[in-house]
Amino acid sequence: MSTATTTHDAHHEEHPSGLMRWVTTTNHKDIGTLYLLFSLLMFMVGGAMAMVIRAELFEPGLQFVEPQFFNSMTTMHALIMIFGAVMPAFVGLANWLIPMMIGAPDMALPRMNNWSFWILPFAFAILLSTLFMEGGAPAGGWTMYPPLVMQTGNAFPFLIFSVHLMGISSIMGAINVIVTIVNMRAPGMTMMKMPLFVWTWLITAYLLIATMPVLAGAVTMLLTDRFFDTSFFNAAGGGDPVMFQHIFWFFGHPEVYILILPAFGIVSQIIPTFARKPLFGYSSMVYATASIAFLSFIVWAHHMFTVGMPLTGELFFMYATMLIAVPTGVKVFNWVSTMWRGAMTFETPMLFAIGFVIMFTIGGFSGLMLAMAPVDFQYHDTYFVVAHFHYVLVTGAVFAIMGACYYWIPKWTGHMYNEKLGKLHFWLSTISVNILFFPQHFLGLAGMPRRIPDYSVQFAGFNEISSIGGFAFGLTQLLFVYIVFQTIKGGEKATDQVWEGAHGLEWTLPSPPPYHSFSTAPEVK
Amino acid sequence: MSEAHGGYYVPHGTYWPIVGSIGLTALLVGVANFLNGWNAGEILMVAGFAIILFMMFGWFGTVIRESESGMYDEQVDRSFRWGMGWFIFSEVMFFAAFFGALFYARIYSVPWLGGGDPGTNEFLWNGFEAMWPTNGPGDIGGKFETIGAWGIPAINTLLLLSSGVTVTFAHWALKKNQRTPLVLWLLATVALGFTFLGLQIMEYMHAYHELNLTLGSGIYGSTFFMLTGFHGFHVTIGAIMLTVIMLRSMKGHFTPDHHFAFEGVAWYWHFVDVVWLGLFIFVYIL
Repeated sequence: MSTATTTHDAHHEEHPSGLMRWVTTTNHKDIGTLYLLFSLLMFMVGGAMAMVIRAELFEPGLQFVEPQFFNSMTTMHALIMIFGAVMPAFVGLANWLIPMMIGAPDMALPRMNNWSFWILPFAFAILLSTLFMEGGAPAGGWTMYPPLVMQTGNAFPFLIFSVHLMGISSIMGAINVIVTIVNMRAPGMTMMKMPLFVWTWLITAYLLIATMPVLAGAVTMLLTDRFFDTSFFNAAGGGDPVMFQHIFWFFGHPEVYILILPAFGIVSQIIPTFARKPLFGYSSMVYATASIAFLSFIVWAHHMFTVGMPLTGELFFMYATMLIAVPTGVKVFNWVSTMWRGAMTFETPMLFAIGFVIMFTIGGFSGLMLAMAPVDFQYHDTYFVVAHFHYVLVTGAVFAIMGACYYWIPKWTGHMYNEKLGKLHFWLSTISVNILFFPQHFLGLAGMPRRIPDYSVQFAGFNEISSIGGFAFGLTQLLFVYIVFQTIKGGEKATDQVWEGAHGLEWTLPSPPPYHSFSTAPEVK
Repeated sequence: MSEAHGGYYVPHGTYWPIVGSIGLTALLVGVANFLNGWNAGEILMVAGFAIILFMMFGWFGTVIRESESGMYDEQVDRSFRWGMGWFIFSEVMFFAAFFGALFYARIYSVPWLGGGDPGTNEFLWNGFEAMWPTNGPGDIGGKFETIGAWGIPAINTLLLLSSGVTVTFAHWALKKNQRTPLVLWLLATVALGFTFLGLQIMEYMHAYHELNLTLGSGIYGSTFFMLTGFHGFHVTIGAIMLTVIMLRSMKGHFTPDHHFAFEGVAWYWHFVDVVWLGLFIFVYIL
């Protein structure tokens, strides 16, 4: 339903100032900014942990950290990057952009919007506090498989509860996104006219609401198994540790699409702008996104091929997984076709978008290799898997987020970013990230296991190269932080439309936009 | 803080979420401290719980005042409806995880332990025979008996189904603006809900004291108590919510065409009802 939405409020200018403005805000732009800055902070924290990992792996043997601490680093790095960096970044973008894109004054449920954000700092304070506890931070991997995770020390209940809090935050955020999209669209903004970023977020929100409660259930069972004598994952009591993996990956696989669908949306906004052509195959993009979301619920056990499933299970999950290549292929085809014969220019956001299309596709192909059950027996739990998911998550999700920041930061701040530095950031990132992750394919194929602080000497060369790439990539991101804050502080004044080829409601608003995006709903033709 | 003169109401500045976050954190850190056997666990738990209650009174109070002063137009009402609907869907998925555990145990893990397909039985638990109910090959928690479906659980089914009917009668009365039947039917619903809870507590005491059926009774005890326990918790929340809307009805809140809170609670109550039907069939009967 799209309705003419008008807002009125008498005390427009009265917000508390200073810190309390940010603590009590119900404004979608303020909350979007909070999410994005929080995400950037977590990106740096998780990135620092990645530096520890790469430093330890620079050469064989144990140099810097204890094996237990190394395992804590891989576990915490994953939890922080997934739940603290990528997901909040997408929610921040959703907050900033969805109301502007659909012609709404704000998110539909503004107070709950505040709460979705303000749970996160507490959740991550709890998670990070485990680093200082007896027994150390969780070290059993972010997947928290029992029985290994049961060996976690005092950190155990804190791990479980921080996951609960992240889940509550995500569910509330997702409900808000869905309600905003179904109930707050301007007159004439029909579903099939919505920008693709809005569409991908609508579907992502559905995935979140369907899977985060399942994760909450799974970790609750871990908690009761450890403290309240239940036997969910204890074979002696008739339970099964493998059952945890099934429940976890029923959440976990849709979760990886939660981490990538909004990125698809971002790229589908950026490419048409700089190719100066409308998106090729808009409706097929929508249907492909929906198909991917549907398929994501029936492929989970491809994460568990080596666990000892019946053959029928292996076959079903293998074929279902391969099916995902079809809608994903549709998307890549459409992005390329959008660029075909376009009048292209290569500003920083476009560079990130093109980088995304190429490198995400590399990650997609290695995913296809992993999807084959017989060969997965070789690749499983090796660095090949690490290389695969870092291609889809770093050069995929993170590149899309960075592209989005460059693309919309002139709208948010009213200032153009420094184009030279932006391009430098892109090229340094792209080169270093490939030095970082590409050799990991070879390491994995040669049999180097993941989550191990030491390795056999024949892996030394590629690990050294990978670590050098890692340090370069890490350092390069400081440049990104610098560019972001430089743009917030000042810079060349941005026009309303910002980019010559930009279309959509957000570009009709001034840069920066007014406090309530559309106090009177715009007419969409 | 802000006023609406028609149009979508966008509230400004709210302290309740941060209060809620502090309360939640205190509660959870308190529970974690308690589980680790550290000091101050209980105090933090109680304090956190109190803060959450304070937040709920404050937040819901604000919303009720705004609603009663007519600040919410139809579009705001629709937002609440969609929001409540998706919240209930998330609850359904939470229960799905535990139902999934039950089905997995019954269809896969227990038969496999008893010598089914993968054949681990020969090496791990030779001689274990798959059956349901079971506390597994390790006889975890010792011998136990189960609760039959056709005693208290059947009565409880009747109670909850009737409460679904009475809440609908209350809704019809509200739509016709008949205030006395509205309050009386709500009172009946609340009474049925709390009676259900009372019987459930009796059943638990019976299970713990006489049947040796506990949370520690292997996979049967785990799934039985986690499913019925979380359901009972949701019934408690639902009954409290029903009590609140009953008190609000007595104060003259709600009009025949503007009563989202009533309907939201009624939806929640039906959801609790449907989950119970699933429990009755899959936990008690089959």
